[in-house]
Amino acid sequence: MVKEITLDATIENIDKVVEFLNAELIRLNCDENVKKKIDIAVDEVFSNIANYAYKPVDGKVTVKFDEKGKDNQVEIIFIDGGKPYNPLEREDPNTNLPVEEREVGGLGIYIVKKSMDQVLYEYKDKKNILTLIKKI
Amino acid sequence: MVVNVKKEGENLLVIPEGRIDAATAGDFSKAIEDNIDGVKNLTFDFEKLEYISSAGLRALLTAQKTMAKVGSMKVIHVADVIMDVFNITGFADILTIE
Repeated sequence: MVKEITLDATIENIDKVVEFLNAELIRLNCDENVKKKIDIAVDEVFSNIANYAYKPVDGKVTVKFDEKGKDNQVEIIFIDGGKPYNPLEREDPNTNLPVEEREVGGLGIYIVKKSMDQVLYEYKDKKNILTLIKKI
Repeated sequence: MVVNVKKEGENLLVIPEGRIDAATAGDFSKAIEDNIDGVKNLTFDFEKLEYISSAGLRALLTAQKTMAKVGSMKVIHVADVIMDVFNITGFADILTIE
């Protein structure tokens, strides 16, 4: 069954998205640490959309939660109508540099890639569609 | 998210409670910036922290860069899910975690 929520792409709405998804994950008895990993990934993806997709104007994001029957997998899908942007094409950050040379740019999407089982991107009908897949 | 801060002389203890995400990372940064002057020993106690995302890592990195020059910094009571984030991002190598 697919559930969805549509809201303004603003940082203040992160709480609402996390609450919406957590309610579903708790209903499915998701492991607490897996739930937190999903929450972190959701924060990274949603904040990217809020900060960059529509700037300088405002826009909407739809977040869908799809509970797959098999393998206890869930899919979380982010759909926005902002500028076409595939975050998966971003070069991975160098995580071995000494502290003085470290920067934070690019770490967010890198955390998403490393902590989810699969991350998919497509641009379709003038929409960015990013899908997170995770076994719970 | 709430950030509790205890400052005694050159020692600063920062205890964030809840989630450090893109919406709350600013409060976390501000709590550090407002109190870091003159500090030689900075400790973050993550006992009550649910999780941290990359927005919060920015604040930790800034603090680590500052403290590397003037004193020391450590992070204590790091839960598994937060340690995973530190391992993925290589922060485990640049932070002192106890």
